[in-house]
Amino acid sequence: MAIKGEIIKVAGPLVVADGMRGSTMYEVMRVGEERLLGENIGLEGDKAYIQVYEDTTGIKPGEGVLGTGMPLSASLGPGLLKNIYDGVQRPLMEIAERSGDYIERGLDVSGLDVNKKWDFAPSIAKGEEVKAGQIIGTLPESKVIEHRVLLPPRINGTIKEINEGKFKIDDPIGTLEKSGEETPLYIYHKWPVRIPRPYIEKMEPDEPMITGQRILDVFFPIAKGGTAAIPGGFGTGKTVTQHQLSRWSDTDIIVYVGCGERGNEMTEVLKDFPKLIDPKSGEVLMERTVLIANTSNMPVAAREASVYTGITMAEYYRDMGYKVSLMADSTSRWAEALREISGRMEEMPGEEGFPAYLASRLADFYERAGKVTTLNGKVGSVSVTGAVSPPGGDFSEPVTQNTLRITKVFWALDSSLADRRHFPAINWLRSYSLYAEELSKWFDENVAEDFTSNRKDAMRLLQQESELQEIVQLVGPDALPERERLVLEVARMIREDFLMQNAYHDVDTYCSIEKQYEMLKVILKFHEYASDALGRGISVEKIADLSIRDEVARMKYIPQEGVEMKLKEIYGEMDKEFKELA
Amino acid sequence: MDSQEIKIREYTSVGEVSGPLIVVQGVEGAAYGEVVEIETPSGDKRKGQVLEARSDAAVVQVFEGTSGLDTSGTKVRFTGETMKIPVSVEMLGRFFDGLGRPIDKGPEIISESRYDVNGAPMNPYRREYPNEFIQTGISTIDCMNTLVRGQKLPIFSGSGLPHNELAAQIARQAKVLGKEEQFAVVFAAMGITYEESNFFMKDFEKTGAMERIVAFMNLADDPAIERLITPKMALTTAEYLAFEEDMQVLVILTDMTNYCEALREISASREEVPGRRGYPGYMYTDLAMSYERAGRISGKKGSITQMQILSMPDDDITHPIPDLTGYITEGQFVLSRELHRKGIYPPVDVLPSLSRLMNQGIGAGKTREDHSGVSNQLYSAYAEGRDMRDLVAVVGEEALTDRDKKYLEFADRFEREFVTQDRDENRSIEETLDLGWDLLSMLPERELKRIDDDIIEKYHPKHRS
Ligand SMILES: Nc1ncnc2c1ncn2[C@@H]1O[C@H](COP(=O)(O)OP(=O)(O)OP(=O)(O)O)[C@@H](O)[C@H]1O
Ligand SMILES: Nc1ncnc2c1ncn2[C@@H]1O[C@H](COP(=O)(O)OP(=O)(O)O)[C@@H](O)[C@H]1O
Ligand SMILES: [Mg+2]
Ligand SMILES: [Mg+2]
Repeated sequence: MAIKGEIIKVAGPLVVADGMRGSTMYEVMRVGEERLLGENIGLEGDKAYIQVYEDTTGIKPGEGVLGTGMPLSASLGPGLLKNIYDGVQRPLMEIAERSGDYIERGLDVSGLDVNKKWDFAPSIAKGEEVKAGQIIGTLPESKVIEHRVLLPPRINGTIKEINEGKFKIDDPIGTLEKSGEETPLYIYHKWPVRIPRPYIEKMEPDEPMITGQRILDVFFPIAKGGTAAIPGGFGTGKTVTQHQLSRWSDTDIIVYVGCGERGNEMTEVLKDFPKLIDPKSGEVLMERTVLIANTSNMPVAAREASVYTGITMAEYYRDMGYKVSLMADSTSRWAEALREISGRMEEMPGEEGFPAYLASRLADFYERAGKVTTLNGKVGSVSVTGAVSPPGGDFSEPVTQNTLRITKVFWALDSSLADRRHFPAINWLRSYSLYAEELSKWFDENVAEDFTSNRKDAMRLLQQESELQEIVQLVGPDALPERERLVLEVARMIREDFLMQNAYHDVDTYCSIEKQYEMLKVILKFHEYASDALGRGISVEKIADLSIRDEVARMKYIPQEGVEMKLKEIYGEMDKEFKELA
Repeated sequence: MDSQEIKIREYTSVGEVSGPLIVVQGVEGAAYGEVVEIETPSGDKRKGQVLEARSDAAVVQVFEGTSGLDTSGTKVRFTGETMKIPVSVEMLGRFFDGLGRPIDKGPEIISESRYDVNGAPMNPYRREYPNEFIQTGISTIDCMNTLVRGQKLPIFSGSGLPHNELAAQIARQAKVLGKEEQFAVVFAAMGITYEESNFFMKDFEKTGAMERIVAFMNLADDPAIERLITPKMALTTAEYLAFEEDMQVLVILTDMTNYCEALREISASREEVPGRRGYPGYMYTDLAMSYERAGRISGKKGSITQMQILSMPDDDITHPIPDLTGYITEGQFVLSRELHRKGIYPPVDVLPSLSRLMNQGIGAGKTREDHSGVSNQLYSAYAEGRDMRDLVAVVGEEALTDRDKKYLEFADRFEREFVTQDRDENRSIEETLDLGWDLLSMLPERELKRIDDDIIEKYHPKHRS
């Protein structure tokens, strides 16, 4: 039975209603005469505290509130890919059709296209016993993704009828029978966004997500099914890095959540992705992408919901057996939305005004990442990377700290690097990946056996450099012995010729893992030759002057096809130049 | 919402006056965000807005302040409307106060179109990505932090720094190459002094741009709370001019710091849990609501470019006002006191400055094919030179290698020749890039790692002569 109540207070995105006894937590509510979309987030006696997903201007006490009896849910089915949604899964294209250039409120739009027909082919037969989460058929959703239609979790029974053919999402494709009761089946189902979708078991992530970004793949890799945080002050590269991940990561599906950030950044994705080619599938990137855009000027409460909407969609594709990667930019805006609503509810504030449950909300969210055996036995994964926007760029604040306690990878952005246009501005001394050790095996087996040892050598040089820099700051570079000056030279090559990677350069934007390996190896080889030359009494100045260094520096701009040839040339030339250094 | 039935209700039941807020008791059906008209016991009229609507009371913020209001003789009328402004092209060349009332003795603006000043969020799907290069004639901007049409790019400044001069110079010189289009400047002053606002007006007058200006003036001695509405008035007008009248609109909002102080005052009066340094936790969202009203819309000819000016308290870029602004805007120009002290104008410190949309607006066909390389190389060379300066301060110049000394010299020349220019010097992008090459040519050619070989061949002075 729908509960009906009356508004007694409106304070920004928070509405308080009376007469709501019987209403449930997280139930979706229709608020006011315009029936704005809202959600119960607190209950107290007859009162319900409702966060409203639309602007509440003009709403008056005395107007009605209607319960829907349903928790906030996502519609999961074909048509999510290539779409762009707001935080509560309203398609922005559809909204544009109805209300033009600006988003009006009170629009009731379905998350999935109700008119489109999909070619469904069942993979089970009449009379078959089916279990929750089982794949009951497939349909082509995009050029690269086969949509595997799932029996909703928590439902099972016997197939009484199942049909092949063209179906709209609201057309039944068959019926399920259980103890005499019949349930129609559809190519989609709903799932409450705040509840993790069930699976059989979690597995240890043991395979890297290759991103094509050198500093990430070589030094601080994230596993498929893993979690990473990327905190940084404004302009340090959170968004560009996350865009790069969604462009080049070798996962099947990308869910990109723009949470309380800029409108133009979403427009950029919308403009680029239909043109950029996925190196893996050869099709355009949009074919595997779902976008959620709840920009900073869109209602705050819907911003809070957006990360849940996103992760629910990610889990859904995981349950089909896909490798999914979700980027959230920025989780700080989500935390701030929590803070704002909590403040309006006059809850006891915790650190910096954030509610005491901030840490557990963050943990629950990242906990939804993972590599799992799904209910249907397939293996799927959801990787999550969250941008964090610390006030003043200071990582000691609560959102960064609570996030770092949960995520296994830390990509620390550094404004002093960004200021000098060293991009990605990821500080190699502060960042870490707790997957690095576990993934070493994969890299050594699948790329090259000295992959890990090269990485360690390179990192050692960078660490030595930073120690030596401290000395230089005190006494100047002249005071260092030759061998240490060589370390500075080689470390600079690692920084400038390897770590720096220009997201806007046609070739440099993506670097295959093989090329990454080769590039680093060339630099280390140079170090070997140079150490040897030092031993023969040759000065660092002379070594630094060799023209082979320019060749090494330009390797990043060599397209994949030309790499092998170029390598031969470089090694030949290196050998020659060092021999000539008598 | 325009057709809303207007029920006018008047109350004399002001129960409490606290700071800029009043609480009106026994109000029935006051809407959140509704505009109220207040009449003081002495007959003075003021405007306010409902901040919190309860079933028996309404919390109202009074834009002109609460002095002279009391709990007995004050009348409050609820208008049943949200804040609206009549918009029309007649506004060009006109001056208004911070609440949109004419202050130039001209007639009231009468228009069929009355827009809600809060606007509505632009649908990201309907946005057009900004990509048209605006030449400002200023090298540190055009080459290093290129401005594009539809961008929101603030100036982070400090008291006593020439941000007004810079903003005026940009407004004066800005143009999109090869285009003659209708432009307009919407100027919103928030708590700046009469002198400052006069400086802008004189400058606009000098260039004959006065007929293209719409100004909303809330000056230092005007009510502080009023300035919370001023940028909304300006942006609503800008939206009309850009997207209904096809104009290229530049919006100058100055000084956002005063706006944020007013926001803090309201928040404190409501006894809200304060965020960092007493500013409300929702300041990010509040600022975004204004800043995001920049941009282009697909299929429309006009555009809104936004330039916010803000003074960083204590020159501290991590202060919540510049910090939250930088998190929303598409870059920032940062002025440096140190450069200013050295007598350098404009004292733009390029290192912390940024234009996030630059990549879209530069290159062959837009500026010149060498633009990105030159800019990146100038950045890295200048950054390196600045490091050398720090080093020299400790170990002395003798301890530097020859290479290091070159960079040290580069940084000095960069500031003196590239950054420095006259207040009316309008450099073309070619001049700016050539100047960049001039400086870069003092470094060994192999140090120019950020520039492609073929570009060096084509543009390096050594190869050109
Ligand atoms: N990624 C990098 N690329 C080039 N140089 C670097 C990089 N990281 C560090 N350095 C060198 O190390 C020096 C010190 O690093 P950095 O400026 O980050 O230190 P800091 O602690 O921020 O110094 P300060 O206190 O002066 O800001 C730099 O000036 C630069 O020469
Ligand atoms: N990998 C990269 N390559 C080139 N430029 C980059 C890279 N990462 C960041 N940038 C530059 O830094 C700017 C700010 O990056 P962005 O990701 O928007 O920062 P944030 O999201 O942290 O505020 C970008 O507009 C771009 O100019
Ligand atoms: Mg960003
Ligand atoms: Mg430094």
